[in-house]
Amino acid sequence: MSHEFNVNSPFMFVAVGIIIVLVLAQSVFFLVRAWRQALQLGIDKEKLKSVVKSSAVFTVVPAISILIGVIALSKKLGLPLPWLRLSVIGALTYETAAAEAAANALGTSIGDASSLLTASQFTTIAWVMTLGIMAGVILTPLISKKLLSGVDKLEKRDKRWGEILMSALFMGMISAFLGMIFGKVGEGLTGWIPVFVMLASMVIMLICAVLIKKLKAKWLEDYALPISMIGAMALAIPITNAVNAYIA
Amino acid sequence: MKTQVRSYDDGTHFWGRIWMWSMGIVLLMFPAACCLYFNAWPEANGFLKGVLAIAPMFWAVGTIEVITYVPMLGAGGSYLGFITGNLTNLKVPCTITALNKVGAKPGTPEGEVVGTISVAVSSIVTTLIIFVGVLLIAPLTPILDSPVLKPAFDQILPALFGGLGVALIGKNLKIAIAPIISMVVLFVCVPSLAASGTIFVPVAALIAIAAARLMYKKGWLK
Repeated sequence: MSHEFNVNSPFMFVAVGIIIVLVLAQSVFFLVRAWRQALQLGIDKEKLKSVVKSSAVFTVVPAISILIGVIALSKKLGLPLPWLRLSVIGALTYETAAAEAAANALGTSIGDASSLLTASQFTTIAWVMTLGIMAGVILTPLISKKLLSGVDKLEKRDKRWGEILMSALFMGMISAFLGMIFGKVGEGLTGWIPVFVMLASMVIMLICAVLIKKLKAKWLEDYALPISMIGAMALAIPITNAVNAYIA
Repeated sequence: MKTQVRSYDDGTHFWGRIWMWSMGIVLLMFPAACCLYFNAWPEANGFLKGVLAIAPMFWAVGTIEVITYVPMLGAGGSYLGFITGNLTNLKVPCTITALNKVGAKPGTPEGEVVGTISVAVSSIVTTLIIFVGVLLIAPLTPILDSPVLKPAFDQILPALFGGLGVALIGKNLKIAIAPIISMVVLFVCVPSLAASGTIFVPVAALIAIAAARLMYKKGWLK
């Protein structure tokens, strides 16, 4: 006995809802544990509140961009699957590519809204998307402890070098992403749009930094990064339009 | 005090593993439940092709992410972050910002709890925003999906990494020079690589570490 398939079936909404409640429970569990430990370590409550505030403020804009990913995928896949995939493990860049690869293998496309997915096409895509992101889930529990104790030992041996090593790791990550922004400059002026947006974000950030220093505007610290992000994204609209107008 | 800290970390690994593997099983149950409920099984050919198309690349990226991000997020932050996802575009920059703000260093007991709190708060806020978005999808779609706003959301990563770059590079200018120059040159010269850019995070990290080691030995980094 099987139920009639629909990409927005209530059954899937309920299933996804349950999983998302479990993920929220995990977040709360770790939050409470870390909070108690922080108080035991004697970390000031105000400091912790500022971590909470900074993290919450930072999250808003990227979270909205993730929501746009859900909307984009929902046209073909329905709401529940993209909702689940992007709330749990999924990453914006990953899920779209995974869904598209699976759809292509079935001879269709995520952008093709003209045909409806059959139930077996849908379960194929769901399996491919789920299996594709399992690496982190399997590996993290296996190697985290060893990895962290390795870093710990290194820092004990030479504290200053340990700090420099962590900074170098951050810089490596940032460099790779900054480098990627230049990946399309060979394509002409359109390829420079990401570079212009990055520069805009940098300039706004520098202005914020100056304001924080000169006006002693401490409150601005939490908002400097979101402001440069939103500001640069807003400027991306006139920048893109200007580049397109210039080319045409 | 010492034993206290140790037992907290051991507890984090214990609970982290339980949560993570349980959630992994729960996640696999979703497609399985759909198959059973609709009595619809994956098409073998499409399934194999799809898995082969994405698994090698994304498993490689996943492995790199674990090695790179676990030391930054700390144990608790990692057990949570690798379940709630969106690490590169959200959890990692968010945690770095929080650590920076309160002057905590990753790898210290303080860095560990700050990392966990940051990832947890970010995860909860993300989940709630997406939940509200799904509830309000009908009125929100025309706004968020409008062609006017598209250029803005297309540029979210440059907008994020520009500001974050200034915040971080200013503090580590000497360490940043070698990896930034090599990555920009690499992607300008071989643009096809930029599509799989995450693969180059460890390459850039190794360049940064090698250059930092050299400068440290020469006494340029005090």
